[in-house]
Amino acid sequence: MRGISFIRQFVEIGLAIAIAPLFSGWIAQCRAWMQSRSAPLLWQPFRMLRKLFHKEVALATDASPLFRATPYVLFGTMVLAAGIIPSLVTDLPFARVADSIALIGLFATARVFLSLAAMDIGTAFGTLGARREMMIGFLAEPALLMVLFNAFLLYGKTALPSLVEGSSAPRSVVDPSVIFAAVAFVMVLLAENARIPIDNPATHLELTMIHESMILEYSGRHLALVEWASSLKLFNYACMGFALFVPWGIATHGADGGVPLLMAVAALIGKLVIAGAALALIESLSAKLRIFRAPEYLAMSFLLAVLGLLVHLLQGA
Amino acid sequence: MNFLQTISEETASLAANGLRFILMLVAIWMILGLLGWFRPHSIRYVARALFPIGALVCLGVAVLAGIFLATGHEPEVLVLPLGLPDLPFHLRLDVLSSFFLLLLGLAAAGISTFAAGYFRSGEGSAPALLGLQYHVFLTAMAMVMLADDAYLFMVAWETMALSSYFLVTSHHRIPEIRMAGFLYLVMAHVGAICILLCFGVLQGGSWQFTFDAMRGASLTPFLATTAFLLALVGFGAKAGLVPMHVWLPEAHPAAPSPVSAMMSGIMLKTAIYGILRISFDLLHVRLWWWGVLLIFLGLFSGIFGAIFAAVQTDMKRLLAYSSIENIGLIFTGIGLSILFETCNLHLFAALALSAALIHALNHSLFKSLLFLVTGSVLHATQTRNLGKLGGLIRRMPWVATLALVGTLSIAGLPPFNGFVSEWLLLQSFLFTPQIPHAFLNMLIPLGAAAMALIVALAAYVMVKFYGVIFLGQPREASLVNAHDANWLECLGLGWLALGCILIGVLPQFALGAAAKVTQNLLNQSVASGSTVWFIAPIAPEQASYSGLILLFGIVGVVGVTFVLVRLLAHGRVRRTPAWDCGYPWQTPRMQDTAEGFGQPIRHMFGIFFRMERDMPAPTDSVPRYRIYLEDRLWRGIYLPIARGVQGLADAVSVLQGGRLSIYLLYSFVTLLALLVFVL
Repeated sequence: MRGISFIRQFVEIGLAIAIAPLFSGWIAQCRAWMQSRSAPLLWQPFRMLRKLFHKEVALATDASPLFRATPYVLFGTMVLAAGIIPSLVTDLPFARVADSIALIGLFATARVFLSLAAMDIGTAFGTLGARREMMIGFLAEPALLMVLFNAFLLYGKTALPSLVEGSSAPRSVVDPSVIFAAVAFVMVLLAENARIPIDNPATHLELTMIHESMILEYSGRHLALVEWASSLKLFNYACMGFALFVPWGIATHGADGGVPLLMAVAALIGKLVIAGAALALIESLSAKLRIFRAPEYLAMSFLLAVLGLLVHLLQGA
Repeated sequence: MNFLQTISEETASLAANGLRFILMLVAIWMILGLLGWFRPHSIRYVARALFPIGALVCLGVAVLAGIFLATGHEPEVLVLPLGLPDLPFHLRLDVLSSFFLLLLGLAAAGISTFAAGYFRSGEGSAPALLGLQYHVFLTAMAMVMLADDAYLFMVAWETMALSSYFLVTSHHRIPEIRMAGFLYLVMAHVGAICILLCFGVLQGGSWQFTFDAMRGASLTPFLATTAFLLALVGFGAKAGLVPMHVWLPEAHPAAPSPVSAMMSGIMLKTAIYGILRISFDLLHVRLWWWGVLLIFLGLFSGIFGAIFAAVQTDMKRLLAYSSIENIGLIFTGIGLSILFETCNLHLFAALALSAALIHALNHSLFKSLLFLVTGSVLHATQTRNLGKLGGLIRRMPWVATLALVGTLSIAGLPPFNGFVSEWLLLQSFLFTPQIPHAFLNMLIPLGAAAMALIVALAAYVMVKFYGVIFLGQPREASLVNAHDANWLECLGLGWLALGCILIGVLPQFALGAAAKVTQNLLNQSVASGSTVWFIAPIAPEQASYSGLILLFGIVGVVGVTFVLVRLLAHGRVRRTPAWDCGYPWQTPRMQDTAEGFGQPIRHMFGIFFRMERDMPAPTDSVPRYRIYLEDRLWRGIYLPIARGVQGLADAVSVLQGGRLSIYLLYSFVTLLALLVFVL
């Protein structure tokens, strides 16, 4: 039994590593269609990764070991997170390693490492990006925690497998607090993954950059790993959202064997396709905010989550 | 087999006589302090020889306290024939004091080792004086934790305050340092008076000042509240709880770095110990709103400390404000525990108290580590100003690596230790909806959000701290001469960093130690659901965390990725100048400064500051930007009080005419008045 669950664990991690760039590619494709541009291929991100892995690294003279280690640490934390989040099955050996709160901590580790690496060379844009990224981080974390608090109030757990099992239980009406929490979560997802309206992943204007300005000095295989880690982060956030709000199709405890697993893969791909199109729609419809509007945007997300909390508590009272 | 038996017998005898052995070790500290006077000016003798012995003694204290904690004996008591005629010194070693002695021993072992390599001749006081004050300080802190009567407690408490005052002012020729010392002394004594009054209330009319008598006294809720509030003010002033925090950011930068580390890492915890001793051991009545008050003060201190830390430009002031933040988190945990306990949710009370205890232990390790790091940086660069540092990771690789561990720990990132306690605290926040107060139910989840904000702000602050000091380009030309710390310093730092990592990956042991304390204070503990791999404070399916697997996981994935990238891609690296989007003229001055890093915080939390800013005019040939930030509470509370005291003193000084005949008249009138009164 243990052996099988380990196999499932590695299937899930492998699938995450493979799908994540495709998910980013799908969003880019949808965005291009919606904006009446000719779309890049779905596997364009893989082509770019391949190109980057075959280039030599142009490393700044003053780069310290921290700078060189960070891409690996980023990739490592994101792969590990992909193994912890139950995107296909809930009965995973790694799933108990971190609950949803610890998962936020894991993402924070990646963020701090990237910010430190951005400050390492000592360029103007790197430090600017690091400061902004950490700012977005401390604004987004309370909102994200409130979302998880909502989930905890509903299901009494913060461990993600238990949350999936709790939220996939059939019920007649949707709790209104779930809707508030889901909207808040999507807002945090956009902010944390450097998407419009907080940051533009396709920008070429350095002064408005957040994420991109932190990785300006990376090249070659280092850049490839950072890019891969970024797409994994987006994938992880999406899977966390699925686990919290739309857990249908995830093979829960007891549903062993190949058929539920294949069903779960199909469900995951279906959800990713829809979520990617929705994200592209949101990004096409909104404009990037000025950096000093970011606190308002994230405060909005925080308030929505708190509203969900209050709705739930008032219902109970 | 015999050998094992001997060991277990030895351990048993050590445990049974723990208090006596610890007292002996504490006495060795005093002897070490006095031995320094044989060669008072020799750094080699005092620092390099005596301090390492002191560090070994610290280790011994930690081991003894750990054994006592692990074996979980009944409290040991001892009466020393010292002190007042009818009140000899009562000593007691119980689970709570052994936990804090363990904390003291672990942190002080690292600090003393570092101090052995840190002190240089010709700086501040004579080495022997420094050694004496340092070891008296250590002794006094240990005695605070062992005291079992109010008299010994106050003697030890005051000795601690005075010895640390002398250590703070060891560079007393600098006026700012004298001022900082004075402020510290005033706050320490205001606090001590409150604690003294608190003991006065606690004895409950029996006029017995042993803690045993106080445990037996039955207080009305009103008297208990009075005692609690007095203890809160008294210990809060020592811990640096807002609004009694003003001395902390002044005194910590003034002191030599090992002393700052001791004060921040250990001395603040004696206040935590005091508040726990009084509210959970000596008082039997607890009211729910005490907990709410503590949560509120704790969270406010946390946010306040984090925000002010983010705008500091002096590295030690930054850490001092960060101490205020961490103390806030500890107080929040204690408050939650009181609240849960008064609502009969004992398991959650134990969870919150464990979180507070583990955070106290963690803070003593990583904050000491970082203060010591600032000491090494100060010796290497002669400046505490963040605006004149940068790029030290290339000059001081050892210190930078060990500082990175401390930075990641204090930023609350897994798999390091700071994360464990913050995670436990957040977990205990989750259960607040079960409190049977409808209004609190809705309010306290916001506390969890405030806590998340504090933790995330702490990460911001630490990225600033580490990034500005160690990363980037050197902001001053003189930094190329910076040198790494010597081996004793690195050993001390390494010990503390090891502690941070071990508690982070194996939190079971810290949780087990805290469980002993909560079992003792609350008859409840949370360690039951934990295994070798996981900690699960309430139930495994509810929430669990494993630092060990997380560390293995990250290291494993990183290793595999590294090998795969090396096999499949090539490993060529070309060193070039930094690209920076092709801008050709890059200078170190184009990096973010410490002020720049504070800018978003000033923008968002402007209401906390009183700001004076001079902008350069466009026509200035030498443009200067100056910004001065001040705590609003300083003008809001402290200066009015100071003015009031001054005014009162001026009013009274009318009596002091300076003429002998007038003074004789005063005596005569007083005598007359007394006579009238008596007759």
